[in-house]
Amino acid sequence: MAKLLYFGRLTDVFGANAETLALPAEVNDTSALRQWLDDDRQLGGTLMTKSIRIAVNDDIVPEPWPIADSDEIAFLPPVGGG
Amino acid sequence: MITLTDQPFDPAEALCDFEKRAIGAGAIVSFTGLVRGTSKLGTVKTLHLQAYSPMTERGMAKAAADANARWPLDALLIIHRTGDLEPGEPVVYVATASTHRRAAFEAADFLMDYLKTEAVFWKKETTDSGAHWVEPRPEDYEDRDRWSKTGT
Repeated sequence: MAKLLYFGRLTDVFGANAETLALPAEVNDTSALRQWLDDDRQLGGTLMTKSIRIAVNDDIVPEPWPIADSDEIAFLPPVGGG
Repeated sequence: MITLTDQPFDPAEALCDFEKRAIGAGAIVSFTGLVRGTSKLGTVKTLHLQAYSPMTERGMAKAAADANARWPLDALLIIHRTGDLEPGEPVVYVATASTHRRAAFEAADFLMDYLKTEAVFWKKETTDSGAHWVEPRPEDYEDRDRWSKTGT
């Protein structure tokens, strides 16, 4: 199972800040994940925006980056500062 | 030293502890950031701050290391809140100690510019006109860029 984390405005978009789910077999990199999740939740392209960066296991990755079903994957909108 | 906490903190107490750690320094600068009571969208009711541990702490530790590499500091302290805050509550605290004042002032200013732009926080402001997520202001980036060694 993969753990997905949603920060900032994505917390409101998803109505939660985290969820655990089984990734479909064909979702094996971050680009496929963006597309699949955006379609699945009918977000109309929200997750396809470049300004939303992805961290895999706590590190921001260049994309596309391979992902596995055991990863923690975080969606990070632009940070707001403290 | 870096503290990320979802509990209220007392800046006066933090300064008192910091002065004990910085014994021998000739200058201590401390800055307290408070939640503002008004924003461009109206009267602020609450400010919600989200962090991503340990990425947030790692970024703050890097900024602290950069400050230590750039200025001769005897001690340094950053306290940052997460969670729900009300106007007037301390949200961030930075203290620096050095032999002379200039290094302490500059290092504290540098750390605050980092915290206002690059630090890994998301914040949601609830005002009398609704709730919205806040992104850095252009002038926050300009403030940060004052510290760029390449001038870009």
